Amino acid sequence: MSVDTATVARIASLARIKVSEGELEAMVPELNGILNWVEQLGEVNVEGVEPMTAVIPNTLRLRADVVNADPLTGGGIRDAVLANAPAAEHGFFGVPKVIE
Amino acid sequence: MTGLTDLGLIAIRDGVAKGEFTAVEVAQAFNAAVAEAQEALNAFIVTTPEAALAAAEKVDATRAAGKELGKLAGVPIGMKDLFATKGVQTSAASKILEGFTPQYESTVSQKLWDAGAGMLGKLNLDQFAMGSSNESSAFGPAISPWRRKGDTAALTAGGSSGGSSAAVAARLCPAATGTDTGGSIRQPAAFTGISGIKPTYGRCSRWGIVAFASSLDQAGPMAHDVADCALMLEAMAGFDPKDATSLDMPVPDWSALLNADLKGKKVGIPREYRIEGLNADVAKAWDDGIAWLKDAGAEVVDISLPHSKYALATYYIIAPAEASSNLARYDGVRYGLRDLPDGANLQDMYAATRAAGFGAEVKRRILIGTYVLSAGFYDAYYTQAQKVRTLISRDFEEAFRQCDVILAPTAPTPAFALGEKSNPLDLYLGDVFSVPASLAGLPAMSVPAGLSSDGLPLGLQIIGRPFDEQGVLNAGLAIEQRAQFSAKPEKWW
Repeated sequence: MSVDTATVARIASLARIKVSEGELEAMVPELNGILNWVEQLGEVNVEGVEPMTAVIPNTLRLRADVVNADPLTGGGIRDAVLANAPAAEHGFFGVPKVIE
Repeated sequence: MTGLTDLGLIAIRDGVAKGEFTAVEVAQAFNAAVAEAQEALNAFIVTTPEAALAAAEKVDATRAAGKELGKLAGVPIGMKDLFATKGVQTSAASKILEGFTPQYESTVSQKLWDAGAGMLGKLNLDQFAMGSSNESSAFGPAISPWRRKGDTAALTAGGSSGGSSAAVAARLCPAATGTDTGGSIRQPAAFTGISGIKPTYGRCSRWGIVAFASSLDQAGPMAHDVADCALMLEAMAGFDPKDATSLDMPVPDWSALLNADLKGKKVGIPREYRIEGLNADVAKAWDDGIAWLKDAGAEVVDISLPHSKYALATYYIIAPAEASSNLARYDGVRYGLRDLPDGANLQDMYAATRAAGFGAEVKRRILIGTYVLSAGFYDAYYTQAQKVRTLISRDFEEAFRQCDVILAPTAPTPAFALGEKSNPLDLYLGDVFSVPASLAGLPAMSVPAGLSSDGLPLGLQIIGRPFDEQGVLNAGLAIEQRAQFSAKPEKWW
């Protein structure tokens, strides 16, 4: 399978990355080079093989159902959460107008 | 006190404990070395001499008060700029995170500070750890202190942990943290004549490490020798409830249990790694390694890892897929760069921010990842890759029925010149020997084996069973004792 300019433009839009016409032209052969190369995996017989989900078997843990069980990842740290926001306003993340 | 910067981690820790020199003297010596080399080697993105001094003063005060010293007391280290450090810019070598100042400390870095280490600065890397040469850094590549015989061409220090390898090899720090997703600790260590170990997946907490490919990312130490790596790994590893994949297992006393006597151990040599046209110097180092391990008492056995040739393609589907998902968080809203063109709506802002903030290699991987995860292609690419990953992991399980550790080269060539590999695929192919162990989550380390015909370091890789860091470190020590690698880059900076 190879990709064309329209497909790369669609992927870039799905990935929310703006690309110029010139960049698109350059990316098409690059991505095709990589995709054609990874296609060799198609020749591997994987009949009856389960896809890998965890390299090291591990059980999912549950934590105690307590608010702020870990203060570092708990709540009540609004200012710390907003400290690196490019446009924090009134205690919220500021974004361009979403609703007309 | 210039001699101080030649010391390794354990020598510094012991010297401070015995009072041969103070932690402050050590920090001052390394701060000076860092400042002197910064322009030429570009190993650091941010230097933090005052943090190194503050940590050292604390250690000296603790010692003066007669209190117990930590495992790494008085050792200044470099921190790969992928670990969140409270109050110090954490950029992942990207424009999109330039200026990002974490309000918290990563688990691994906190453990190192708790053990008495101090921070010299944040080390350069490939952008978001995506690369094998450091050339994708938004702040320019770290330069290797090594040069080819009779040549001044700037060489890569490897990647992605290239700032770490350059800094340790140039004696700007006795040890540094690295992270390894497909070889990012082992390959830079091999290229610069130092040691580095990637532990079993889950040994070191990923909490606070900027995520690249979460099912592969692991932190580990990079240092002068095997014993220094063992001790530093003890300080870095351990269960962390904040990382869902963290291993809830005790951390062994790897450094105290080091033993280079390999009697009764079997070392597997994977025949599929003898690739056609393998670099002659690399092949010779591998043969030397086999002889050294035999000399240490091990029995050498031929093993097969039949799916090895598919490991790279598997990796270059899975890692970009996970990256495309992980990097969705950089949206210009919560942290980092925002590019808001006039009249732009929210969607335009996302797309403009990500276009301006990500470098070419990061964009390439996000696009590949988005494509292989998109409707209609998911099964053909992503599910297929995860199935092949299962087969690669089974290959290792089978092999470890016949041997205790596996010996292979770390990289197929010595370090190459910056700019030499302009095609992304050429760079990807350099990860051929390091990626399989990553896909299987296995502990693996690189130790120096010798020099190439043009005077560049070569590394040997030891891969072990899950949780058997001790077996890997022991075989590494056996090689280290016999390789007697003492070459250092000539100081030109």
